[in-house]
Amino acid sequence: MPKVGIPRALLYYNYFPLWKVFFEELGAEVVLSGLTNKKILDDGVNCCVDDACLPMKVFHGHAVHLKDRVDYLFVPRLISVEKNEYICPKFCGLPDMVINSIEGLPKVIDCTINLRDGNKSLRKAVLEVGGLFTGSLSRIYNAYQKASAELADYERLMLNGATPLEALNGNGPPPADYQYSIGLIGHPYNIYDNYVSMSIIEKLRGRGINVLTQDMVCKEELDRIAEGFTKPMFWSFGKKIMAASSYLIDQRNVRGIIYLVAFGCGLDALVGDLVERRIRKKGVPFCMITIDEHTGEAGVDTRLEAFIDMLEWRDTQKCL
Amino acid sequence: MLVTFPHMGNAYIAMKSVLEDLGVDVLVPPPCTKRTLELGAKHSPELACLPLKLNIGNYIESLEKGAEVIVMAGGCGPCRFGYYAEVQREILRDLGYSFKMVVLERPQGNVRDFVKKLSMITGGKSIMQVLASIKRATRVAVMMDELEKLCWQVRPRERVSGTVSRLMQEFHSKAYKARGSRQLSALIGEYKNKVSRVAVQEGKEVLRIGIVGEIYTVIEPYVNLSIAEKLGCLGAEVDKSITVSYWVINHLIKEALHLYNKRDLNEASYPYMRSFVGGHGQESVANTVLYKRKGYDGVIHLLPFTCMPEIVARSALPEVSRQYDIPVMTLVLDELTGEAGYMTRLEGFIDLIRRKKELDKAYEEVLPGN
Repeated sequence: MPKVGIPRALLYYNYFPLWKVFFEELGAEVVLSGLTNKKILDDGVNCCVDDACLPMKVFHGHAVHLKDRVDYLFVPRLISVEKNEYICPKFCGLPDMVINSIEGLPKVIDCTINLRDGNKSLRKAVLEVGGLFTGSLSRIYNAYQKASAELADYERLMLNGATPLEALNGNGPPPADYQYSIGLIGHPYNIYDNYVSMSIIEKLRGRGINVLTQDMVCKEELDRIAEGFTKPMFWSFGKKIMAASSYLIDQRNVRGIIYLVAFGCGLDALVGDLVERRIRKKGVPFCMITIDEHTGEAGVDTRLEAFIDMLEWRDTQKCL
Repeated sequence: MLVTFPHMGNAYIAMKSVLEDLGVDVLVPPPCTKRTLELGAKHSPELACLPLKLNIGNYIESLEKGAEVIVMAGGCGPCRFGYYAEVQREILRDLGYSFKMVVLERPQGNVRDFVKKLSMITGGKSIMQVLASIKRATRVAVMMDELEKLCWQVRPRERVSGTVSRLMQEFHSKAYKARGSRQLSALIGEYKNKVSRVAVQEGKEVLRIGIVGEIYTVIEPYVNLSIAEKLGCLGAEVDKSITVSYWVINHLIKEALHLYNKRDLNEASYPYMRSFVGGHGQESVANTVLYKRKGYDGVIHLLPFTCMPEIVARSALPEVSRQYDIPVMTLVLDELTGEAGYMTRLEGFIDLIRRKKELDKAYEEVLPGN
């Protein structure tokens, strides 16, 4: 049985159920890299271009971790997943970056997904990847149908407030009695990777705070808000982050917003600035935490505690 | 209505030409200085790329001088440049400036939209007049780039070093005062003449270096610390893969008309970079290969810190350099770039390729091919 390696990084948090079911239906064994740890990050830092952003380095680390254990490494070239939008330039060149930076790779599955001008390339990519494992078109088609249904279930769980880790196990969010909610926004691969984000979600939940992310808001709502932008936002994640920040404040009544930014992320540099200006005008507390490969956990904890204390203090002041 | 725009090397000449021919009052921002950069860095997001910061500095200095309208280019991604204008508008608004910002974007399919926006600035001018002035400005941009190219060729060979640079300084101070395409092209013609008559050392052997990378850092001498001039003085003839006229012709005009042909680009960058990555990332890789094929001795790759497309290019360049046997040096530029360290690296690179050239030659003499 051919082994397909999927790095637990970048869009793993958005599409893993789809990829897993698709490959398994085609008779491949899916090998997932381990949870991000110091070794993986260090390996990534060592082989990746030094001024790339943190998540790219993490991805390279996971690829190194997998390369000797699999027959295929799955590194899709995701140029665009929405009409007229892009993900980011580094995603357009991700397979090239990985191939140029890491030696001794197995065969890389680098199908191109570009939905910018329509769905044509998706069909092509599905057939191309499926063709590696089977000659039967109907088998590929069925595998893709099943995989899409799996992804829809996963996204539904996330909408109900589950983190990817919970949703991947088929669970909803843990039942708990939260005092209030705060919004946590940022790229999914930053906020859900517990090593990179230093378990920020668990820390906040542990303080009795409900955490709402942009993935817990339905797409239609976000699209509706995004229509009001002065210029259409051409980055899918940027659009989601910007729209979600105002949705969470206006509709979900969050007390504050935390934006987790990766050092070197081009989108976060601009989107972060736009989001911050908007949130401040609304008079809602805002905290931007930048993470990089040497972030000390104690410093982040201090900032989180100070932010929470400030939110709670602010609440007592309002009551007076 | 006083119109201004951000600097990008000699692009101000083409902008002046097109706007002044349409009867618009133009305020060219003062040349970029340390103050420009400090103003920009102070008010821009910390991790934004350098061009955005310098643009902000240019705007503030122009607004201080009374500019009312800012003309800026736009785009549709995935490079951050496409969203510059939105961020910049908010920064300036929050600082309390009052102005109007006109964003000229590559028309998605039709040119009429572009012309309509231009006529917002120009008032009642007809589409034909607008198109005619764009055509004249394109011509001026091409002439200007020819003049620059001539400087790159003459500088390493000049007898009295510094002659070309002095002439160009004179040229720019006159160009600030010239009005419209007619005066500008006359001025460019005059200086082309002067530069071509500079006394040179005939038959001098010079190194040839190609410059690739992100468009703003390649073109704007303030950010690249006048790299073309510095290399010229070190005895190297440079060529830039991206110029203002290249950008205007290929990205504004040809892409809008779907005439921009990327076949050569795709061929040259294969297999190191097999896709468009926004900005000029793919061009950087392709042009490095093309420079090798044209017999250049080395390539310098420039990018602003955190530039997304060029980071992808940067990951491919070491492999290109190895496979094609051409030295490539990457220089990352930001607001903290120190001139002395930069100069040392340029000198080191020149020494390296000079030595490599000698060795290659020696090998050829010792081991003649058959």
